[in-house]
Amino acid sequence: MPQRHRMAMPAENHWWPWRLERRSRPSALMRLASSPLAAVAMIICGFVALRFIGIDPIAAFKVFFVEPVSSLYGVGELLLKATPLMLCALGLAPGYRANVWNIGAEGQFTIGAIVGAGIGLFFNSQLGAATLPLMLLGGIAGGMAWAAIPAFLRLRFHTSEIFVSLMLVYIAQLLLSWLVHGPWRDPAGQNFPQSPPLPDSATLQPLFEGARVNIVFLIGLGLAAAFWWFERFTAAGFRLRVGGLAPAAAAYAGISERRNVWLALMISGGAAGLAGISEVAGPIGMLQPVVSPGYGFAAIIVAFVGRLHPFGIVLSSLLMSALYLGGESAQVELQLPSSVTGLFQGTLLFFLLAAELFIHFRLRPVART
Amino acid sequence: MTIDTWVTIAASAVGAATPLTYAALGEVVTERAGVLNLGVEGMMLVGAMAGFAVGIMTGSLWLAYLAAALGGAMIALLFAVLTLSLQTNQVATGLALTLFGIGLSAFAGRGFVGMPIARVPLLHLPGLSDLPVLGRLLFSYDLPVYGSLVMCAAIAWFLQRTRAGLRLRAVGEQPGAAHALGEPVIRIRYLAALFGGAMSGIAGAYLSTAVTPMWAEGMSAGRGWIALALVVFGTWRPWRVLGGAYLFGLVTVLQLYAQGLGIHIPSEFLSMLPYIATIVVLVFVCRDGRTILLNQPASLGRSFHPGA
Amino acid sequence: MAEHNQTVAPRLTLQGISKRYAGVVANEGIDLQVSAGEIHAVLGENGAGKSTLMKIVSGVTRPDAGRIEWDGHPVVFHGPADARRLGIVMVFQHFSLFETLTVVENIALATGERMTMAQLAARITGISTRYGLPIDPHRLVHSMSVGERQRVEIVRCLLQQPKLLILDEPTSVLAPQAVRVLFETLRRLAHEGMSILYISHKLDEIRELCDTATVLRNGVVVGTAVPREQSNAGLARLMVGRELPACRLEARAPGAVQLELINLSRTADDPFGTSLRALCLRVRAGEIVGIAGVSGNGQKELQSAISGETPLQEAGAIRLCGQQAGRLTVSTRRAMGLRFVPEDRLGRGAVPDMSLTDNCILTGARAAGSRGGFVRRGLLQRRAARAFARETIDQYAVKCEGERSLAASLSGGNLQKFIVGREIRLAPRVMLVAQPTWGVDINASLRIRQALIDLRNQGAAVLVISEELDELYMICDRLAVVAAGRLSQALPTVQLPPDTVGVWMTGEFDAATASDGHAG
Repeated sequence: MPQRHRMAMPAENHWWPWRLERRSRPSALMRLASSPLAAVAMIICGFVALRFIGIDPIAAFKVFFVEPVSSLYGVGELLLKATPLMLCALGLAPGYRANVWNIGAEGQFTIGAIVGAGIGLFFNSQLGAATLPLMLLGGIAGGMAWAAIPAFLRLRFHTSEIFVSLMLVYIAQLLLSWLVHGPWRDPAGQNFPQSPPLPDSATLQPLFEGARVNIVFLIGLGLAAAFWWFERFTAAGFRLRVGGLAPAAAAYAGISERRNVWLALMISGGAAGLAGISEVAGPIGMLQPVVSPGYGFAAIIVAFVGRLHPFGIVLSSLLMSALYLGGESAQVELQLPSSVTGLFQGTLLFFLLAAELFIHFRLRPVART
Repeated sequence: MTIDTWVTIAASAVGAATPLTYAALGEVVTERAGVLNLGVEGMMLVGAMAGFAVGIMTGSLWLAYLAAALGGAMIALLFAVLTLSLQTNQVATGLALTLFGIGLSAFAGRGFVGMPIARVPLLHLPGLSDLPVLGRLLFSYDLPVYGSLVMCAAIAWFLQRTRAGLRLRAVGEQPGAAHALGEPVIRIRYLAALFGGAMSGIAGAYLSTAVTPMWAEGMSAGRGWIALALVVFGTWRPWRVLGGAYLFGLVTVLQLYAQGLGIHIPSEFLSMLPYIATIVVLVFVCRDGRTILLNQPASLGRSFHPGA
Repeated sequence: MAEHNQTVAPRLTLQGISKRYAGVVANEGIDLQVSAGEIHAVLGENGAGKSTLMKIVSGVTRPDAGRIEWDGHPVVFHGPADARRLGIVMVFQHFSLFETLTVVENIALATGERMTMAQLAARITGISTRYGLPIDPHRLVHSMSVGERQRVEIVRCLLQQPKLLILDEPTSVLAPQAVRVLFETLRRLAHEGMSILYISHKLDEIRELCDTATVLRNGVVVGTAVPREQSNAGLARLMVGRELPACRLEARAPGAVQLELINLSRTADDPFGTSLRALCLRVRAGEIVGIAGVSGNGQKELQSAISGETPLQEAGAIRLCGQQAGRLTVSTRRAMGLRFVPEDRLGRGAVPDMSLTDNCILTGARAAGSRGGFVRRGLLQRRAARAFARETIDQYAVKCEGERSLAASLSGGNLQKFIVGREIRLAPRVMLVAQPTWGVDINASLRIRQALIDLRNQGAAVLVISEELDELYMICDRLAVVAAGRLSQALPTVQLPPDTVGVWMTGEFDAATASDGHAG
């Protein structure tokens, strides 16, 4: 087999004064720096844009990043919102490393919320103290079941999990909508489309007085450590990585694609389902037509910004949570629409993807001939 | 059920299919060049917003569609810069483009929510449009509907019969070989991505000026993803993609008429139909792995770096 | 055949051409001249810088320094198109043809001329009959054999009426008879005044065909010669820089059958693949059996059937160490003692972006003999894997920065030594090796071949699939040929003349049957 020689830049690009050159080894510095760089670039870019529409960037910065966390309650909110993002992203990351593209965490989140809340609503009296743990387990199982569909279809029919998991988001949301408009609607709810509130024994209590963040945040941190250990020290984590880096090498070494796809989707589905039930059993307290402001999608960004590393994800989920909170306070104080959060998120991911390039490549001025 | 009802259903199905047609045909060209842009949903929304806003401000539908095409192409350009010049992962970047497009359109379009706009006028072809049944079935649509058919024919001809189309396919199959033959791989991929963006933009504009003449955040409701699935369903061939789009148009419309047809199923379940249909159709097409292997552009989704 | 005319400037002159990749010298100060009607060999072992030089001549790569003159005038190529305009055209070693396009579409892409497909098809037929290269312009490339594809590639080049034709290892994909035909065509072209640059490492061919030769070693010109006046040994000394030791294969009585194929048939999964038809073969402990053949005749499918990457429906079609193995997974076959070195080393034999240590865990997860076992109770045993990787590096003289190096950072030859070493050190009972020395320099090739012979002497059953006939004759006890998905019987190498193998490669043989296997 001939060595694949690198080809020269074609003449078409001679107007561009730099060219990309592959580094002989990936840059460790850029590996650490790419996410912070992307965050800084996003903030600069965002405030230039705000300046452009007539908002003072300094004031905006305060409203976005300082005010929301200037109280204990605010810090609690930061951790609270980071929780579902962290859980979903932690679950997605091993799959993305293994080339399993579950982009339907939002749907698994929703089904987890439905299954868990169902346990809390209908079996609360029989289960007693076991209700809450069973609700969380039910949420995990629900998310896994929903993620099992794309896993099965990919392995049995070669159907792309990207499309299937995404279509299942819409289906899950419609299912939830039907439940809260129909069979599970609260008879005492003045016709609002929502379920009865979950009883106290089926609700997650705040970690401390004066804030809403609950135990699931700590579970998330524990999971981050567990995932780190899993990826670094277990054979299953190793097999996932090989499957993503070199599928042919995985087949050659006898690593089962089937096992990898199932494992990746069960992890991501379970984590998203846990996030879903935690939202419903925590801050929301009941089922309503919308249980997530797009956590499942934002988690994709969180996973990438965290460079698919569990500890990176913890940090990036805090950043993304800050963006959500900032967006809310900007809505109130600067009359900016909530969609500005989405805009910031998208920009952040773009910058990150661009910054990642410099882990493997560097810019070199083109030698003039 | 009268013939009249069926004609109405068929005519609405064509309307519902048209945005899917534009977006999917654009993506066919992008993907045939080897570029997988999963950001169709985002590009459609930007197009829908840009088209609606310019339509309201200028009152000109021509300008509205032009703006939509430009808007779609502009954010496709962002995608192209990232994936083609900066070599980012196409799947991840496409997802980012979707999220970005949703945010950007919602942000920029916030002033236009709830405003009314006149629907794109239906053409009246003297004589033809007045024919019984056929007149309504074939000759009473708006210009963009006919435009989509022309685009389909043009793209099919371009890909299969022209030298430029041949070069584009070559770039999608084996970019390394095409480069060795002196083809400007990156430039061709840029153009293909921009074309796909423009078509998605037009698809969005048709949504906000014809299907439901208004602007609302996230109004494409997954149609961009369905269009992507249609490309697979149509095995990357324009006429098959068009057929698939009409099939989906019909599914979408049937659920709206289902209640009228005396079918009493909660509306949520009917609304699920297009999404379920997408999954079913994908399973059907992909069940034999070879169908995809034979038809999918060989380098789809893979970065190509001409120098080092 | 070369009509040298001192008053006319040579067609192509290279002066002081240099090129580096990320600090590694590929070419350094290369001078070379080719006249009209001359067949000029560029000779060198793998990694000597031949391919880089040809990419520079054909405008694909730009040199860092040096001068290119065409008919006496300096030229600068900004891309392949510039070179093509002058009439420099290259037949690639691995043809850059588009599988899903037809012959005429492929050729249309390469020729910038404005003409309809019908006109072009007519011209293709014209050229192909004139030079004895029959092809059907409307066939899809993926349905064609490697030899046919080469014809397409050559016709494509000839259509552009080149003044200088570059051929990169053109015979590596051809059966010996087809080589004769190709040489006829090339001589005829040279006679008509075309210059030909012929890149090869096969000395016999160069001595037969070429007027002059430029010999490269480590990126520099180490000599020029008139090949007809040189012996093979002389050219080899120039190419390698020293005398080469030969491998020694001492006669040895083989033991029990360890790998057996019994009417192995399989329809290709890949639409571009070859289906296998009733293959029969026996490989015994302590012998090396070789499978020769032109690539694309079922080698890939055979490898993945034996390795277990694509298990069969019939359990009995493959017997491994006495057990039915047709339906077993890769892992189970590995546990039974099968080891495999695939032809694609980067991406299949090794994960490019993982360290050498992790690449040992890849196939050494289970214990094998006294080594391996890098996964215990679901956990990675990195320390053991690190030690194993270090020992492999030392024992097989793998040049790298240590066991932490990424597989992608190793040169092809070093990575191959590492993979072969890894598999051998994991105590194989049956070893399957595909293209053991493809793209590997001579020193590494020798080491790999000797390692396989040592393995045989220790009693393993070794099956080598290779396109290099010379290599198979060097190391194999018995030899079979695969052609169009069928397998010949395996005869002792000493009883099998190369001419017969050449005939077999065209598919002219009675396939081995299950009873032949018993005899062999």
